[in-house]
Amino acid sequence: MTYDCIIIGAGVSGSATARELSKYDLNVCVLEKGEDVCSGTSKANSAIVHAGFDAAEGSLMAKLNVEGNQMMDELCADLEIPFKRNGSLVVCIHEEEKGGLKELYDRGIANGVKDLKLLDKEELHKMEPNLADEACAALYAPTGGIICPFMLNIAMAENAADNGVDFFFNTEAETLKRDDDGIWHIRTNNGEYKTKYVINAAGVYSDKFHNMVADKKIHITPRRGDYCLLDKEMGGFVSKTIFPQPTKLGKGVLVSPTIHGNLIVGPTAIDIEDKEATATTAAGINDLIAKAGMHVNNLPVGRKVITSFAGLRAHEDNHEFVIGEVKEAPGFIDCAGIESPGLTSSPAIGKMVAGIVCDLAKPSKKANWNGKRKGILNPSEMTIEERNELIKKNPAYGQIICRCESISEGEILDAIHRTLGARSLDGVKRRTRAGMGRCQAGFCSPRVMEIINRELGIPMEKITKSGGKSVIAPERSKAGKGDE
Amino acid sequence: MLSYDIVIVGGGPAGLAAAVAAREAGTESILILERDHELGGILNQCIHNGFGLHTFKEELTGPEYAYRFMKQVYDMKIEYKLNTMVMDISADRVVTTMNKTDGMNQIKAGAVVLAMGCRERPRGALNIPGYRPAGIFSAGTAQRLVNMEGYMPGREVVILGSGDIGLIMARRMTLEGAKVKVVAELMPYSGGLKRNIVQCLDDFGIPLKLSHTVVDIEGKERVSAVTIAEVGPDMKPIPGTEERYTCDTLLLSCGLIPENELSKSAGVELSPVTSGPVVNESLETSIPGVFACGNVLHVHDLVDFVSEEAKRAGENASKYVKEGSKKSGREPIKFVATEGARYTVPSTLDVDRMDDLLTVRFRVGAVYQDSYVSVYFDNERIMHNKKRIMAPGEMEQVILQKKKLAEYPDLKTITIKIEKD
Repeated sequence: MTYDCIIIGAGVSGSATARELSKYDLNVCVLEKGEDVCSGTSKANSAIVHAGFDAAEGSLMAKLNVEGNQMMDELCADLEIPFKRNGSLVVCIHEEEKGGLKELYDRGIANGVKDLKLLDKEELHKMEPNLADEACAALYAPTGGIICPFMLNIAMAENAADNGVDFFFNTEAETLKRDDDGIWHIRTNNGEYKTKYVINAAGVYSDKFHNMVADKKIHITPRRGDYCLLDKEMGGFVSKTIFPQPTKLGKGVLVSPTIHGNLIVGPTAIDIEDKEATATTAAGINDLIAKAGMHVNNLPVGRKVITSFAGLRAHEDNHEFVIGEVKEAPGFIDCAGIESPGLTSSPAIGKMVAGIVCDLAKPSKKANWNGKRKGILNPSEMTIEERNELIKKNPAYGQIICRCESISEGEILDAIHRTLGARSLDGVKRRTRAGMGRCQAGFCSPRVMEIINRELGIPMEKITKSGGKSVIAPERSKAGKGDE
Repeated sequence: MLSYDIVIVGGGPAGLAAAVAAREAGTESILILERDHELGGILNQCIHNGFGLHTFKEELTGPEYAYRFMKQVYDMKIEYKLNTMVMDISADRVVTTMNKTDGMNQIKAGAVVLAMGCRERPRGALNIPGYRPAGIFSAGTAQRLVNMEGYMPGREVVILGSGDIGLIMARRMTLEGAKVKVVAELMPYSGGLKRNIVQCLDDFGIPLKLSHTVVDIEGKERVSAVTIAEVGPDMKPIPGTEERYTCDTLLLSCGLIPENELSKSAGVELSPVTSGPVVNESLETSIPGVFACGNVLHVHDLVDFVSEEAKRAGENASKYVKEGSKKSGREPIKFVATEGARYTVPSTLDVDRMDDLLTVRFRVGAVYQDSYVSVYFDNERIMHNKKRIMAPGEMEQVILQKKKLAEYPDLKTITIKIEKD
């Protein structure tokens, strides 16, 4: 079969595009090399919905950032995922650099960011008592927000799938070429896929696909960002997202509450060569801790860190999103160089890319498209009465599996059995938060494995952390063999 | 609202011993709440022997030791609920529980005994750089997989941390046919019991490298190698000392953290040293009628001491239910741990409320040879006990006599310290 459109990559851009395209009478599929959606750049970032004052005036980045930010409330309501406009502060700690805030303010206004305000020292410290004493002024953006990047990505993909988009996992696009009839042939490890239009949403690999077909080459640098995530005990350390003043390398090390109530610190910005090198380094973490401490007082990094991780931004040399059809490769549409504010921009990116496809394919709209998705219940937000009602209907909601985050078996079963359901520990974790708490899955991983085993029939020895060779417990013990 | 005289949070060794003692002290209405599907707690996965030498004068396995107490609970018909999570404890002792059959439930408790145990420190808290592949386990999780689920976490193993569970798992994995290549310990001394180092490492020729830590984890999907390096006195890795071990598994045994999230939400004051509640001689926390024992109070080396402590907590909870808080009105004596002693349990002492003897437990912060445990009543040294060796991995104790304390009616502080002579 020939698809109308194939999207390479089920990250946040690819999934947003898939959802937008699912509104139309088109055969669409997504090829993802990972075992789940949200397996690359989209899974490891600051989880911030940026206001939009950073990107250069007139840039595509600025436009899509502001648009994406504005789309977020309705989208998150439709997809039933949490989102909060906690507000962002760009904090100045050197009197002589105050001018930079005004520049940012002006740029923000030009970019169309609403409600920006410059704060003096007093207002600032009143708003955020844990700021460093040196903090002397700030740019306040009330439209800045926090979100769960996993949930946004997963929910858009689920909704796309519910509206007819096919997803193929563990399917890595290797090469592609256009035949004489204008049909694109994508070779993968799982055979060939054919399509009229192909969307290159391959994250840090998007230069590879672009350069296979385009005359004007692009170059993506994996720019590593190390992060530390702190215990929920520290979630109230600041209420706004605290940014330093930006530099050439980006928006700098932020300190922010997360949508789930932890505190996140990061990222570093380290340019590397290896597109898979998501290892943190001691130097990176040390640098991070030193920088994070500059804008707030007594940041409790160290004992309160529950995990650290690194993500790779797909940094294009011109620091601009590369979106559009490649002229000399008709039907090949780039969605490349999507780095920060890519998460924020993703709904707008999806709309723009889908728009390009629609201009070419001129499809009709589906009559029965449903943009709403039922979220995974969050019983911790319910009253005791509501919860008892729920447990009466489905007792699995009465059995806590992840102690630290209070995640019940009911939530895990939902995560496994819903559209594009979880098949691995990380899949369950990203959908439900089971294993994301302070013990970092020490207690719940054997229990989640048992549930996956029981519900999906995957043998215990084959259950993975995140697909591929990431098997948790590869063989039976001597006593275990005796059981057989 | 349901009500019980005593609600015990946790059905591990501490909760079981507290329940039995409370019943023996005459309290009928007792409820044990256990989140797992059976009583016994962590002992169920500790299938090695060496438990009970103090309590039963014989060597039992973990499940056997637990069963001694479980049997008493069964025989005494003490109520317990399994698969039941305590969601909240309020300052006025309303315990909110949840399970599949009862849903969410609130129980009014005359007294509460906190016996939730502890959890293992995860990798994140250790700031180990590198990838985050499968194959990294806390030692206790690996122990559960091997001993209870019947699965092997891997074949070639490096262990970071020489806590007791790590040492036990070094032996266990070896007996299961795995190759344990090295145990690295950040500190210049082991965090575990001497006997475990001998029986679990030395007897199997597994090297223990003190003052070493993990500086890199390789493997994108599954661990493929781990690099360790020596650390200097500043605990920072020394460049040039790196040694790379190919392996598929990294076990972490780097400390246990009392699980006091419930205590915290109830408003119980916690010690920054032990991460457990601050308690008085009756093992009562800062909230009257809320008692604590076992690893939720402070991490123990031997379960025998947990049982002994829990027995006191159970008895005192029973007494509280019957008599309420009988405070003498006198300012309690404060314990001060200093010069080598890291903390004491309890933290305060009301002589009028103590038994004839009071066991004060503590840990030292470094290895001491041929040194003295000294106890001062205000400025007067009244105990000076020589010990051949003291190490952070093993708990120490002093026993105070009520009749001796009676001679010091104006005593303000009792200081415990380690002295060279």
